[in-house]
Amino acid sequence: MATTTTLSTGEVTPPPEVRAAALTPRSVLASLRRFARTPRVGQRQRKPQRLLFLRNTKALTGLGILVFFALLAVVGPWVAPYDPNQVSPDLLQAPSLAHWLGTDHTGRDIMSQIIVGTRGVMIVGLVAGVSATVVGVLVGVTAGFVGGVGDETLSALSNVFLVIPQLPLIIIIAAQLPSAGGMTVALVIGATGWAWGARVLRAQTLSLRKRDFVEAARANGERTWRLVLAEVLPNLSAVIASGFVGTVTFAVLSQVTLSFIGITPVSEWNWGTILFWAQNNMALQRGAWWWFVPAGACIALLGMALALVNFGIDEFVNPRLRSTGLHARSLRRRGIRPRVGFTPVAREGRP
Amino acid sequence: MTFLLRRIAFYALTAWAAITLNFIVPRLLPGDPVTALMGRMQGRIDSNAEQSLRVLFGLDQDLSLWQQYTAYWAMLFRGDLGLSFTHFPTPVADIVGQALPWTVGLVGVATIIAFVLGTLVGIAIGWRRGTWADGILPVSTFFSAVPYFWVGLITITVFAVNLRWFPSNGSYDRGLVPAFTGEFVGSVIYYGFLPALTVVLSSVAGWILGMRNMMVTVSSEDYVTVAHAKGLPGHQVVLGYAARNAILPQVSSFALSLGFVVGGTLIMEMVFSYQGIGYTLYQAVSTHDYPLMQGCFLVITLSVLVANIIADFAYVALDPRTRKED
Repeated sequence: MATTTTLSTGEVTPPPEVRAAALTPRSVLASLRRFARTPRVGQRQRKPQRLLFLRNTKALTGLGILVFFALLAVVGPWVAPYDPNQVSPDLLQAPSLAHWLGTDHTGRDIMSQIIVGTRGVMIVGLVAGVSATVVGVLVGVTAGFVGGVGDETLSALSNVFLVIPQLPLIIIIAAQLPSAGGMTVALVIGATGWAWGARVLRAQTLSLRKRDFVEAARANGERTWRLVLAEVLPNLSAVIASGFVGTVTFAVLSQVTLSFIGITPVSEWNWGTILFWAQNNMALQRGAWWWFVPAGACIALLGMALALVNFGIDEFVNPRLRSTGLHARSLRRRGIRPRVGFTPVAREGRP
Repeated sequence: MTFLLRRIAFYALTAWAAITLNFIVPRLLPGDPVTALMGRMQGRIDSNAEQSLRVLFGLDQDLSLWQQYTAYWAMLFRGDLGLSFTHFPTPVADIVGQALPWTVGLVGVATIIAFVLGTLVGIAIGWRRGTWADGILPVSTFFSAVPYFWVGLITITVFAVNLRWFPSNGSYDRGLVPAFTGEFVGSVIYYGFLPALTVVLSSVAGWILGMRNMMVTVSSEDYVTVAHAKGLPGHQVVLGYAARNAILPQVSSFALSLGFVVGGTLIMEMVFSYQGIGYTLYQAVSTHDYPLMQGCFLVITLSVLVANIIADFAYVALDPRTRKED
């Protein structure tokens, strides 16, 4: 999980943002605005913030790929050129015009398997991601907000789940279920994969809880549930989003892995099932690269898209990661060697 | 000291949780090992034999859950993990004991190489942010996005099937007798190279990314600026000031993501048919050998806990604040 979530906690304090942002007039203005605005999310100035996220090329590319796969998941069975289970006499054919990605050992069309299999992958990712995020938010925010014994207990619980290796746990649970279909696997992944999100959220809630605006709302006599829902949660949205994206990545990888080792029913198509058939029918030794390369490439593409979205969120939340990244090329053009610890200042308009 | 005591208490709790989970999961889930075994044999076992199988596996006694639980703990303390179904009547502990050294060797060495390499590369590109070095980031993103086993499939295709440089499966030359001879050790390294390479390739990306981001965050701290202002040479600032502080979260995230990494590398053993715990778990899953599955899970979890404790000791050695008595 650490590969995707890199949010450092306690990064919301405004002064470092102002200090670290590259000194273009616009970015200074933007960070000052953010400074002025920190206590309340969702008043004026909401629009530029959203646009800032969408102006991020990484996030946009990632979202584009995600939308593509989501569409494929919806319309897959209708646009697939063949029935993925239809056996034909073209055994183990290399890619051709009739079969764009070739056929497997019983003559089934691999491209159709990939297209039809997209739905299984996306649904499991979504269900597991949503369920794990809900549990993570409940545990993490409660722990951070309640404090004391409740906090100790809940953090210990999430730390236990973090340390126990998840994939073997999911494997032994799924392997003992009578039928481990997509939904079951998604729920098992959700039930075991919430701990990372809970941990990050707890840390963030702890730092928010003592902020002036929360104290002010408390002094105004707001009820606890309103403090949590209206004051704390909106300020956690970026962390929650990034945790969600991370969990979806993990869920997709786990489900594909489970299918690959043959725990989920082999009749349910997803990208892992294709790799399962390929591995069990000596695709590697037969040199049938079209059998396992495209399915793996799809997983990689989806995973990269999710990682890119997460980078976008990270840079959105932590401007230190963003500032020179955005301007690297223009700095180089002006002959400035970026060095960490310094904010490059260029004197404009000199002869 | 307090820090270490707290951590040890926490690991004791985790070990208890893992063992209890291991006990409860098979009892909560629907399904019954004997019925599963009968189904798998597809009529080759006479249905009258079902009762004798139950007696054989010790499933016939009507014990309360609590009695089963205490009996389970008593068994564990004797180092008894039950008998394997498929390799009946070999004890699970023997099978797992044979597989464990292979996994510890392969996964341990590969993970340490990946961590050290990833941290060093992360320091370098975090320090040179905004130069060509950032080009490593998209590449490492790609590797962190693909499943470990697929990287394994690709390396087998390239290095074992096409180039024929390395064997595609196994852990040593079957013609040799296991012994501490140069020939045998060489064979183990030769067979282990490809799996280890794959583990390093797929897990190094995460370490690079984590270290790079910590370097970026740490190096705009005041003490780094002060070190620069004092006129210290660049390398001294990087290693003595920035990296030294950035490595702390890296070590604690090493402990936390170890479970994830180990899970991924176990799948690698399945791809390479490498005779470690992962491959044993795979065989147990495909033959519905429940006691063996449970034994594998328990040993994997406990090994990860031990690795975590070691990482914590390293953390205490690195961070003087944890040693402060309060």
